[in-house]
Formats: sequence, C-alpha cells, structure tokens
Amino acid sequence: MTANRESLFSLFKLAMRIRLVEEQIAAEYPKGEMRCPVHLSIGQEIVSAAVGLNQLSTDTAVSSHRAHAHYLAKGGDLYRMIAEILGKVTGCCKGRGGSMHLIDLQCGFLGSSAIVGNSIPVGVGSAFSHKLNQTDDLSFVFFGDGATEEGSFYESVNFAAVNKLPVVFVCENNLYSVYTDLAARQPEHRPIFEMVKAMGVNSLHIDSFDPINCFEVITRAISDARSSRTPLFLEIPTYRWLEHCGPFDDDALNYRPAGELATFKAQDPVAKLQSKLMDTFGVSQVEIDTALARIKEEIIGAFAAAKNDPFPTLDESMADTYA
Amino acid sequence: MHNEKKLDFASEIRKALHKALKSDPRLVLMGLGVNDPKGVFGTTIDLAKEFGSIRVLETPTSENAVTGIGVGLAVTGHPAVMVHQRLDFFLLAMDQLVNSAAKWHYMYGGQSSVPITIRLITGRGWGQGPTHSQNLHSWFTHIPGLKVVMPAFANEARALLAASIADPNPVIFLEDRWCHVQQVDAASLDDSKVIELGKASVEVEGNDVTVVAAGFSAVESLRAINYLQKYGINAELINLRTLKPLDAETIYKSVVKTGKLLVVDSGPKISSFASEIISLVSTNRFTSLRAAPVAITAPDVPEPTSHGVTGDFKFGADTVARSLVEIVGSDNSSIDFSQLRNTPHDVPNSTFTGPF
Repeated sequence: MTANRESLFSLFKLAMRIRLVEEQIAAEYPKGEMRCPVHLSIGQEIVSAAVGLNQLSTDTAVSSHRAHAHYLAKGGDLYRMIAEILGKVTGCCKGRGGSMHLIDLQCGFLGSSAIVGNSIPVGVGSAFSHKLNQTDDLSFVFFGDGATEEGSFYESVNFAAVNKLPVVFVCENNLYSVYTDLAARQPEHRPIFEMVKAMGVNSLHIDSFDPINCFEVITRAISDARSSRTPLFLEIPTYRWLEHCGPFDDDALNYRPAGELATFKAQDPVAKLQSKLMDTFGVSQVEIDTALARIKEEIIGAFAAAKNDPFPTLDESMADTYA
Repeated sequence: MHNEKKLDFASEIRKALHKALKSDPRLVLMGLGVNDPKGVFGTTIDLAKEFGSIRVLETPTSENAVTGIGVGLAVTGHPAVMVHQRLDFFLLAMDQLVNSAAKWHYMYGGQSSVPITIRLITGRGWGQGPTHSQNLHSWFTHIPGLKVVMPAFANEARALLAASIADPNPVIFLEDRWCHVQQVDAASLDDSKVIELGKASVEVEGNDVTVVAAGFSAVESLRAINYLQKYGINAELINLRTLKPLDAETIYKSVVKTGKLLVVDSGPKISSFASEIISLVSTNRFTSLRAAPVAITAPDVPEPTSHGVTGDFKFGADTVARSLVEIVGSDNSSIDFSQLRNTPHDVPNSTFTGPF
C-alpha cells in the first residue's frame, strides 16, 4: 500500500475512529456503567492504524491490557467491544473479560491479556501455526515497553528467531510503565530495538510523530516480512495522553516532567496527518467533517445498542469452564 | 538406549504419542529433549525421524514461553503436547498455565478452546532432592479450567495419554519417573482400549477398607494390598487415574461398602489432594464412615537429597501396609513388613541405575 491520498485518508479515518471511540469511553466512564479498568490509547492511535491497514483478515493478532486500538484496527466489532466493557452478555467475551480481554475471531483477533507480556508467546504460537499451514499470513503481537522487561518477551523473541516464524512484534514505547519512566527500568544508551536486533531479529525504530513516514516504513517492513516469512520487530515511540488506567488526564501527579505532555500533544501525529491531507493532498474540510460525522454516528449507535442489552445471568456465567 | 522389545510404562507413553502424531497431522509435540538421543526417558525416541523436526520440535529452555506458544498453536488449530523432564522446571510456566491456558475458553466467552497436554515428570529417589521431586498435583487441581491426569500402571498409560490429547481442554499429565520403568506383559496390553478421563478404576475389590491413590502411590498401595491378602486383610484399591474431574461416586460407593478410608498421596500434607478426598467423603458420606479417615502423605518439609535419610523420609508400600493393618484393627505381630521395602530404597527396580 503506497502513501497516497486514498491510503492516507484511510489512515486518518482509522486513527480518528480509534480516538473517537476512546474519547466516548472517557466521556461515558464517570457515569459508572463501565465498571472495569480501561486503558485508553489516545495519543497512540497512529501505530495501530498504520499497522492495521497492512493486516490481512487472515492475519492473526494478540494484544495486552491496552488493546482497544489494536482490536479496532484489526477489524474487531465495535459494538461487541463496547458491550464487553459494559459487562453485557452480548460482549465479545459475554461479559467475562471486560476491556482488557478482547477477542474477535472473525477478523483474526485472537485475544488480549491483562498480564504484561502474557500474550507475546501466544502470538508466537499463532505464527508457528501460520508456518505449519504454509500460508502467507502473519501473526501480529502488540505490547508496550514494559513488556520488554518480562522474561516471556525474551523467550518468545528467541523462539521466533530460532524457528524463523512469521511474526511481527509491535512495541509501542510510550515511556511509562504505569507511572514509572523508562530511565528507571532500562539502561541508558541501550535502545530496545538494538537489543532485539542483537537477538537475531530484523528490528526497526520508527518515528510515529512523522505519520506519513511511519506509515510508509511500516508498510514496507510488513510487506518484506510477509515475503521473507521471518520475524520482524518494530519499536515505535509514541505517547499516552491520559492516565495509565482510567478516563482522566493525570498530569497533576507530576510523574511526567513538566511540559512533557503538552510537548507531545503539540506533536499529535493525527493532527499532523490531517493538516497534510488538507494542505498537500487536497482533502477538504467537508470531506473530513463528513467522515468524522459518520464515525461518530456509528459510535453513538454502538453505545446505545450495547447499553440496551442484558447482563449475563449467573447461570450463563457459570458455563464454559471446559470446552 | 531404547529397546523396541522392552515393554514398560515409558514405551506405552511413546505408543500414545506415535499414534496421536500419526492420526492427527495438525498435532505438534515439543519440549527440551524430545529429539535428543535419550528422547525424554525413551518416551519420544525417533518420533522426529518419522514426523519431522518441526512437528516434533526441540525447544529452547523457555518453559513459560513454550507453554504460551502451545496455547497459541492450540487456539489456531494445532493441538500441542508439551513435555518437561521434571515438573519442577514447569514452575517457570505458571503464568501461561494459570492466566492463559486454564482460563482461555471461559474468559473469551467459550469461543476458542485450548487442546494442549502438558506432560510433567516427577522425579523420585536417587537423590532428586528438593527441586527435582516435587509432587504438586494438588496445586493444579485448584485451578478452574484444567484437567489433571495421573496414571499409575503401564497398562493404562497409553489410553490415558490418548484421552488427554483428544480432550479439547488443557490437561496436566503427571508421570512419576518410577512409573516409567514399570514393566508390562505384552499379553496384558490392549492397544484399542479406551479410558475416559474422569473415571477411576477399582483395581482390587475388598470389603475391609477403601484405599484411594493415584500415580506411583497407587503402585505402592497395590503391592501393600496384595501382600496383606494372605493375612486375611481385604482392602479395596481405587486408582483415581484422573484427579480433576474427580470420580467421587466410585469413592463413595466403596466407602459405603467398607466404612473405612485410607488415602495415599505423594504430595505434602497441608492442602493435599488427600485432604480434598477426606473432605468430600466426610461431607457427603459421613454416616457411612465407621472410623476416622486416614491420610498417608509426604511430610510438610522439602525433600532432602541424601540417600542416607530418604529411605525414612519417603513412605513406601510398607508404610501403606502398616497403616492398613492398624485401620482394620488386625494383630500385626506376625506380619513381616520388611518384605515390602525396596532394596535399595531409592530405586524403583533393578532397571533403574540413575542418574535421573
């Protein structure tokens, strides 16, 4: 997929769809109807959108606790996700998983996990299946910088390297594990992607604050991985605008240096992409507004439908311990 | 070296794996040592030659990731069997077992199941010590979503492993290293025999006392029970085969008949599986009991290594026999319990010469 008017407008719409869903969740959350932890991706959307546009429906994906964006970008059903967060029986896990456990097998989204690093080997196992099945499919594994401190990460990267598995590791480095910054967790001058390169995996560092370049580099890298059938690691610096868990801004806690949040907000890749679309690719304000209005309408509809749905009964929640 | 003519528990395990790999081309077998010269105590020997080194995969020493990779294979259409040469090594994989495998089917709304079988070999004797001989079967039964299978005898090993592999759920399959070397007469084997998970086996019928055991504890209990028959003590042996789901009805039926219960459990005493059996029987068949139930378990102490003390540390068939005599209230003065001791105490039989 080359970066042109059409593909970049798709990228923008996908990123904005994720942002508007997350904003609606943040707006609704204080009402107390979404009674489970939510980890929102506002500020980080471009990564999921850029990867998502390069995923085939037969590709598989897994993610972590901050999974809404990856699920939506893979093609996960919006209404079933909202129903899940509301705890409704129509949710993608029948209300058993909540925001941190999302699944949509129709689009190959295998699951997301609330345990940091937990879904990484599962994604590698899915890549092993692709290899056994001799298809062109890839397995995408989404996680944050914190997960690269878990043993499961090293074990999984090593396994994928030694067995030459078709897996794309996508590490969104947002600098913080909850409130603890990277400097307290990993040594200086040892970038994550360099470490993974030393483990024998093709590794790239991609600036997501330059959205068009980000999209182009990701597109090429995924296309190469699809033909080489070997693992690929992408470290993509990004930035979370809201609190680690929950709907609010948490800048007042002062765990981030003063002004850092504002600096990153000024670098918003989605806003930059919109400007570029309008200035260089001739997309009009009316086109933008029409696209966003359509997305908002869909989101309002999904919330309305999900809120109307029943909760699971206790009997329903006692089923399925075994297949 | 593996000898094709020698029939024992280990060769029966290999037979089940061979048949499963042959009948299901999607199946993957993986673990450290599956394709090495010793083939996990002979249980996987030469399987890679026949089925290829991708489906019979040597793995890195990465117990946790390999378990998760098995989950990933399983949820995408490739059932997996994994093996660890010691249960203790598998403790590195608790996240993938408990947070992923066990909950997957439930947590994701029943849409996707995890057909994996995890073979764990429990060391015993020959100085296996604190971290090579742990009997943690009770742990695994505490996790909703797991099945726990614990074969005792060579003539049930193949069928129980076959049933575990065929099951659509994660199964912990516990093999005592000393069960591996239990010989079996070819005539007593039926390669078409099917054993359902969740069903216990009444190995010996008797009216005096019910003995409940699994794994190598059932092997030792059988020796004790057979030995005591000539002294007029008739114990009934229930070999559990599957700890979870548990066949409580077979236990209840026996206890109603005998009124007395001995549970023989290789795990440490506190929160042991013996405690669970005694709790179930006491709660559900209280009025059938004519004496307080008895448990023989390992002490609540890590296992020492020195063969100078392990003979007294571990219980054996003689311990079971002494307990049975006491429970039924017989005179034990004429009974020579020393006949039931292994000599030397730290090997299962003369075929076992170490080192692990």
